[in-house]
Amino acid sequence: MGEAEFLFLLTGLKWTVLLSLVGFAGGGICGLAVALMRSSGIAPLERGTAGYIALFQGTPLLMQLFVVYYGLALVGLKLDAWVAVAIGFTLHASAYLGEIWRGSIEAVPRGQTEAAKALSLHYVARMKDVILPQAIRISLPATIGFLVQLIKGTSLAAIVGFTELTRAGNIVSNQTFKPLLVFGVVGILYFLLCWPLSLYGAHLERRMAVAAR
Amino acid sequence: MNYRLDFTPVIEGLPDLLLACLGTFGLALGGMALAIVIGVGGVILRDSRIAPLRWLVKGFVELVRNTPFLVQIFFIYFALPLAGVRLDPTPTAILALGINGGAYAIEIIRGGVQSIGKGQIEAGLALGLHRGQVFRLIVLKPALRAIFPSLTSQFVLLTLTTSVCSAISAYELTSVAQRIESESFRSFEVFGTITLFYLVISWVMMRFFSAISQRYFSYPVK
Repeated sequence: MGEAEFLFLLTGLKWTVLLSLVGFAGGGICGLAVALMRSSGIAPLERGTAGYIALFQGTPLLMQLFVVYYGLALVGLKLDAWVAVAIGFTLHASAYLGEIWRGSIEAVPRGQTEAAKALSLHYVARMKDVILPQAIRISLPATIGFLVQLIKGTSLAAIVGFTELTRAGNIVSNQTFKPLLVFGVVGILYFLLCWPLSLYGAHLERRMAVAAR
Repeated sequence: MNYRLDFTPVIEGLPDLLLACLGTFGLALGGMALAIVIGVGGVILRDSRIAPLRWLVKGFVELVRNTPFLVQIFFIYFALPLAGVRLDPTPTAILALGINGGAYAIEIIRGGVQSIGKGQIEAGLALGLHRGQVFRLIVLKPALRAIFPSLTSQFVLLTLTTSVCSAISAYELTSVAQRIESESFRSFEVFGTITLFYLVISWVMMRFFSAISQRYFSYPVK
């Protein structure tokens, strides 16, 4: 494996990072909406989002990507593989983040909501200024944990045909006939991406465990 | 667009697909069994007196948990023949699932063991229980109770991950679906249908685990 092949892997890494970022950002925005609906106290909204979350947590990510990928083509949307895959990851992330954040919103002590209501704060101010800032702190370790899961999950885009790091590895390994070396390097690149995040998440978790004592 | 859904290939392939569900179950069961073995063994080594063993287990857990399963399965798939081991794709997939699940199991089981306070064990001995009774009544059951929810949800995740094993064409639901899809080009119908299969599989597993949990791990109500 020469310099050119390694550079090709790095191009793949770039797409992995971009796809993860887009999925995380899109999933974050939609996931916030899911979390707010899931904890809104309005029965149809709660049931609907509960079903949405169960659907995504009960099926393989690979199937979600396949169904979104072919489903979008079916309704006549001629989309780039890149866009279709990004939509798939956004939906996937929105369900998982929605569930994580619902948990954190509900973990904020009830007294906070009651105090905000007593101060006659309306829903938006109550959420934006009182509940969510505390919920975000609580959710941080789990959110980072999911980000790592999402980065690893983007490798499945390779099976759908999007050239990110894993598929770049496939291509290079087919050219060089050195699969062990290539996938070893690919694994190390993923590790370098994910490990610092995992360490940071574990650090936050420990700190919060100490604070809670 | 004037696309008409056509489920004929799915209906014709239904026996194959249902049979492939057994393949998925096989992969999942094999993976879980191996994961438990690696998990328990890993926990014992993780807290051993020999420092290099501890580092080895720690490194293994970090490495597996921070790389994608797809890369792991490719690596194992290509590494085994070089190590002189000839394995079919399906046993290779079980091995990969077990190694992946095992790394998560080590962390989960370790948390369970640590949740048992030393004072509990001492109290048991002080009450005149045998070492075996202390282990069975005071260590094992509460530890199992503590790890059961996270371990079983990890197992459901492992079962869903079996779909990735289609990448090395192991025998399971997704690879059979891909074959039917490549013959009929009814991609959405085929994958949509087996997505529902997976939903049912994971739902049944969750019900099964929660039934076990209620039967064996609920606190006695007086």
